Amino acid sequence: MTATTIQPDGTLRVEPPPGVPLVDLRGVSKRFVKHVDLAGKIANAFGAGVREEVVHAVDRVSLAIAPGEVVGLVGESGCGKSTLGRVAVGLLEPSAGERRWRGTRVDALPAAERREAQLAMQMIFQDPYASLNPRMRVVDIVGEAPVVHGMIGARQQIEYVGLQLNRVGLDPTLMRRFPHQFSGGQRARIGIARALAVKPEFLVCDESVAALDVSIQAQVLNLFMDLRTALNLTYLFISHDLGVVRHISDRVVIMYLGRVVESGASEALFRAPAHPYTQALLAGVGSVEPVKRTFVPVQGEIPSPLDPPTGCHFHPRCPHAMPRCREAAPSLVAVEPGREVACWLTEGR
Amino acid sequence: MRGNLLLAVDGLRTHFFTRAGVVKAVDDVSFKLNRGEVLGLVGESGSGKSITGYSIMGLVDPPGRIVGGSIRLSGRELVGLPQEAMRALRGNRVAMIFQDPMMTLNPVMRIDRQMTEAILAHADAGEAAARARARDALVAVGIPSPDERLAAYPHQFSGGMRQRVAIAIALLNRPDLIIADEPTTALDVTIQGQILYEMQKLTRDSGASLIWITHDLSVVAGLADRIAVMYAGRIVEQGSCADVLAAPAHPYTQGLLDSVPSRNPRGARLRQIPGMAPSLMALPEGCAFRDRCPRAGRACAIAPEMEAVGAAEAGRAVRCHHPLVPHTVEDA
Ligand SMILES: Nc1ncnc2c1ncn2[C@@H]1O[C@H](COP(=O)(O)OP(=O)(O)OP(=O)(O)O)[C@@H](O)[C@H]1O
Ligand SMILES: Nc1ncnc2c1ncn2[C@@H]1O[C@H](COP(=O)(O)OP(=O)(O)O)[C@@H](O)[C@H]1O
Ligand code: SF4
Ligand code: SF4
Ligand SMILES: [Mg+2]
Ligand SMILES: [Mg+2]
Repeated sequence: MTATTIQPDGTLRVEPPPGVPLVDLRGVSKRFVKHVDLAGKIANAFGAGVREEVVHAVDRVSLAIAPGEVVGLVGESGCGKSTLGRVAVGLLEPSAGERRWRGTRVDALPAAERREAQLAMQMIFQDPYASLNPRMRVVDIVGEAPVVHGMIGARQQIEYVGLQLNRVGLDPTLMRRFPHQFSGGQRARIGIARALAVKPEFLVCDESVAALDVSIQAQVLNLFMDLRTALNLTYLFISHDLGVVRHISDRVVIMYLGRVVESGASEALFRAPAHPYTQALLAGVGSVEPVKRTFVPVQGEIPSPLDPPTGCHFHPRCPHAMPRCREAAPSLVAVEPGREVACWLTEGR
Repeated sequence: MRGNLLLAVDGLRTHFFTRAGVVKAVDDVSFKLNRGEVLGLVGESGSGKSITGYSIMGLVDPPGRIVGGSIRLSGRELVGLPQEAMRALRGNRVAMIFQDPMMTLNPVMRIDRQMTEAILAHADAGEAAARARARDALVAVGIPSPDERLAAYPHQFSGGMRQRVAIAIALLNRPDLIIADEPTTALDVTIQGQILYEMQKLTRDSGASLIWITHDLSVVAGLADRIAVMYAGRIVEQGSCADVLAAPAHPYTQGLLDSVPSRNPRGARLRQIPGMAPSLMALPEGCAFRDRCPRAGRACAIAPEMEAVGAAEAGRAVRCHHPLVPHTVEDA
């Protein structure tokens, strides 16, 4: 059975049948190959042995997101969050694995439906400063895609952009301005308006509030939550800020060096993190309660994704590492309903 | 420890004379710092935190200039001190750690040379002694295999390692005062935890005073003894970390704390401060927070002065006509 809802703008939206995720990534990997450049080739001619380098930015990740769900994706720099987000919205082709939209493989969709699915998935980028073209006026930044995709006529652009700006709390009379004439918080709103202008159902927000000051960050997070209800949006919310993720996510996924190490309902995961890496991450989070504390550090550095440790990637830093952790990688297994952990401590039990 | 005053900043004004107008980056900032004390200097970007730090270090470049006030370190006036004398203090009695460690590090010089030069510039030590001290400093900030690391160049380090080296250099000559300008903001959570741990240990061991500049209240909450909150070039509230966080007296401090996600029920709308910070070139008349403030009244058309609030012995002060903690009543 499928449910049909009427959107605020009058369009109809058919919900996938219950139990079918809106977005479904199955065993997705993304490898980047750094080819040997000319200098390397010349060096090789003299026997230098410069070889291709392969980064496993995302390593066999499965992630299903239900309609209306907010999933938080957490991990440290370079662990593959942005790459996974780009694969999820189709900006990058996965090297392996499949991607489903409303239950159907995206690459099996007919061209027209595929284009539609593509528009329904949008990404809001890491840096509200760099992601807006400095030479374009706001009216074009926000209004170009809807015109190009025939969602509105060129003559409706100004009125349409006005509505979009209103929705994110920006004054429509400013639409002739360029990005540099706005504050950081306003630029974040422009980026959001641009993504929403093509009426997406699924948004990947990549560190969308990281560059903002706390008071402005609260404004933008509130906007995300208001839009979620008003437009029935589904989010993949990427952030390294655990406080932010905990606040807005229903479910949280923790990544370390390209792999998911733990996932679970937000409340439960923050209350009792099961993976040693999640525990370390949470221990590093300060609170604003006025309690003097001794900072307890995790050992070691974040290893290079070019040369990840064998077995469990976390073993060189893990206080519980055992010989077996060096040899084989634990797989992600359910430890309780809705909670999955990849660690020999839990799997071995 | 009490009463062991190290630094007294009084009425400091640092302005930038730009083509577009005068930017009052720091405008009437006063605070005191005891030996061994950690002060958290908190505020949003552009509120004047870094320029306050640069002013103390004598690092304000034209078109910026200290136009008023005084900065006394162990009783000695630093404002107006000749460049030469200031340079002798920097890296010796006072040191700064920047958000970008490459502000401290020279990209084309090996770490060992950078460190021994920093020592020899201020002390009459031999080459070998200086090298031994450099090595010890790397060990103290948690750098493994220090001998190998000494022979490396900065680009061979990760971001977290570079920041450790910058900290090691800042601490080389056991300064009395360290100013840390958001040194962990660009780092990952687990690495940030490591650096905070090292800093906490090092300042505790050496008895140095620390000014920790940040926009992140959760970092100062665990680290600082006292907090000063800046808004639009001024300190609007200061007091002990415990007092200020438990019961903020300035509406802006309260707004900042309220907008932290963990202080809100999960999933609920965050309490937010409306609007945004004013331009420092065109500050409104009266209280600079006026058009964002839920408590603003007619009195706020006149700029408030810093006044004591709460119990007299708590040493709290705020710049507000209608503080959330009542003004201190003076005994007759
Ligand atoms: N186009 C590319 N070519 C080669 N390597 C890449 C490319 N894009 C990403 N990588 C590598 O893939 C890994 C994952 O990168 P990604 O941007 O997904 O990290 P992230 O988790 O989003 O990090 P951050 O928190 O810093 O944004 C990194 O090692 C990165 O250097
Ligand atoms: N070289 C400069 N020229 C003009 N204005 C400056 C200069 N450096 C800083 N400012 C201004 O001074 C104010 C305070 O800056 P700063 O102390 O760096 O803020 P923060 O609190 O973010 O550290 C800002 O408005 C900034 O734009
Ligand atoms: S598998 Fe082993 S090394 Fe990895 S997190 Fe678990 S205990 Fe630690
Ligand atoms: S002086 Fe007035 S406007 Fe300023 S913070 Fe206090 S109550 Fe608000
Ligand atoms: Mg990223
Ligand atoms: Mg600054």
